Amino acid sequence: MSENLVLPLSTASARPATSAWQRLAFVLAGVALAVLPLFLLESFHLFQLTMAVIMALAVLGLNIVSGYNGQISLGHGAFFAVGAYVTAILMSHLDWSFWATLAPSAAICGLVGYGVGFPALRLGGLYLALTTFSLAVAVPQILKHKAIEDWTGGVQGLFITKPEPPTWLPLAITADQWMYLVTVGIAAACFLLAWNLIRGRIGRALMATRDHPTAAEAMGMDTATLKTRAFATSAMITGIAGSLSAVAVEFVAPDSFTFGVSITLFVGMVVGGVASILGSLFGGLFVLFVPNIAEAISKAAPGVIYGIILIAFLFILPDGFAGLLRRIAAKLRGR
Amino acid sequence: MALLEVRDVIVRFGGVTAVAGVSFAVEERQICGLIGPNGAGKTTLFNVISGIYKPTEGEVRFAGQGTTGLPRHRMAPLGLGRTFQNLALFRSMTVRENVLAGAHAQGAAGFLANALRLPVARREEAAAEDHARSLLSLLDLESVAEVPVAALPFGTQKRVEMARALIGRPKLLLLDEPAGGLNHGEVDGLATLLRDIRRNFELSILLVEHHMNLVMRVSDKVVALDFGKKIADGTPDEVRADPEVIRAYLGAEAEPAHAA
Repeated sequence: MSENLVLPLSTASARPATSAWQRLAFVLAGVALAVLPLFLLESFHLFQLTMAVIMALAVLGLNIVSGYNGQISLGHGAFFAVGAYVTAILMSHLDWSFWATLAPSAAICGLVGYGVGFPALRLGGLYLALTTFSLAVAVPQILKHKAIEDWTGGVQGLFITKPEPPTWLPLAITADQWMYLVTVGIAAACFLLAWNLIRGRIGRALMATRDHPTAAEAMGMDTATLKTRAFATSAMITGIAGSLSAVAVEFVAPDSFTFGVSITLFVGMVVGGVASILGSLFGGLFVLFVPNIAEAISKAAPGVIYGIILIAFLFILPDGFAGLLRRIAAKLRGR
Repeated sequence: MALLEVRDVIVRFGGVTAVAGVSFAVEERQICGLIGPNGAGKTTLFNVISGIYKPTEGEVRFAGQGTTGLPRHRMAPLGLGRTFQNLALFRSMTVRENVLAGAHAQGAAGFLANALRLPVARREEAAAEDHARSLLSLLDLESVAEVPVAALPFGTQKRVEMARALIGRPKLLLLDEPAGGLNHGEVDGLATLLRDIRRNFELSILLVEHHMNLVMRVSDKVVALDFGKKIADGTPDEVRADPEVIRAYLGAEAEPAHAA
């Protein structure tokens, strides 16, 4: 009884061959583009950009399971919260360095995701969406619970501090600038790994399972294993984003991880492009900056303005930013 | 020993007996046609052989191994490839990606090996891409390789399914109504293609088909079903002349009295 909820995919990834030089040029341009804000933006805007990259990473995680594998999750905020809390607890209670918390955070989120993946096998479409949504609703309440208050800090939450920039750097940079570089570096690594995953054997199997499960099985794809592992991988990536957010904000509290986070991630995925790696980046920028733009337009009703902008986007770009890029690329190639 | 052995297979759905004790065998490099009027149990039997249904009784042996009750995804690695009656392509993917997806069982690199692009993943990918290229050229799909499959005409999509099945190096190719929806010229092309495939890929083919002309032209052996029972089994000429088969297809009119 899998009630199917169909998302507008932006896949069909015709990949023109690129030469080694072209690739090098892309990488250099990407690095330049990523480093540029260090010199252009002051602290607050750099912090916002850091948060946008973190959201993009979280959206990337969601895209693996919901975009590429077609298992709709409205509860990815839960993995984001778990990642953030693992890092915050290890740093504040056990004095671990931020770097050391990344592996446990990814591992724990991966395990939780794997666990959620099993009931997901029996629940298709809308049922899975609602089940994951209930997870997102439950998490802030669990975090406040008395039994674990000593660890989570209860309603008050936990305070931690950003990693200090290392002394070996040639230029003296601020903690905010370092945080930005750390975030961009980790996000870039995750995007690269996800890109590799998606374009190969496993990525095709994930998409095949989404497009036609019976045919996927006939091709020898173990769809159940693929789905649970996709959930684990997805949770791991979103969890790492959560870890980054904890140190970037220097504070975790249950009220930062309401179900709204899950919805925000979902909006980011749809606006950026369902089943698109690059689209996740745009999705992250959108969900972070558009609410600010909305607030600048109307202080009284930013939600309304945000809604209007969102609807306009979905109307103009039904397959997300990624779809727009693809259409431009197709035009340029003269097709 | 036969490549595929179907032994006394019975399939019941609630009170309905769809297949009522059918046995037959397909030899290595044989093209076997499975025919019968609508509702004869062809598709049910096909689904039992491909592992989608578990028979109520009886068993299926493939390449010397019992496959009854084996998980569905374990069939392809054994050498069982198939196409579907109403196209089951991966719609959002390109032709090339669809064909590459068919090579899944040939590879072993998992999530980690792929994410890190370990040598094993690279090697597998390169091998699959080479193989896909040769099949795309064999099936005349090179010009549409980068096109999303959903955008292609029906006949072309059927060829994509064929390429996707062949890249898995099957020992037995199960084809569910490959001629369905094809025009006259395309059916001729299909007959040639099936014979070429058998020769070039050294495989057996089990063909479930309504198109009698095609079945009789390409099959070495034909199995006829009616009401879930096997009514004939032999060369195309034998089956065509079988009075049971004539009765099943034309009704009970072909009485010897009229002929005499």
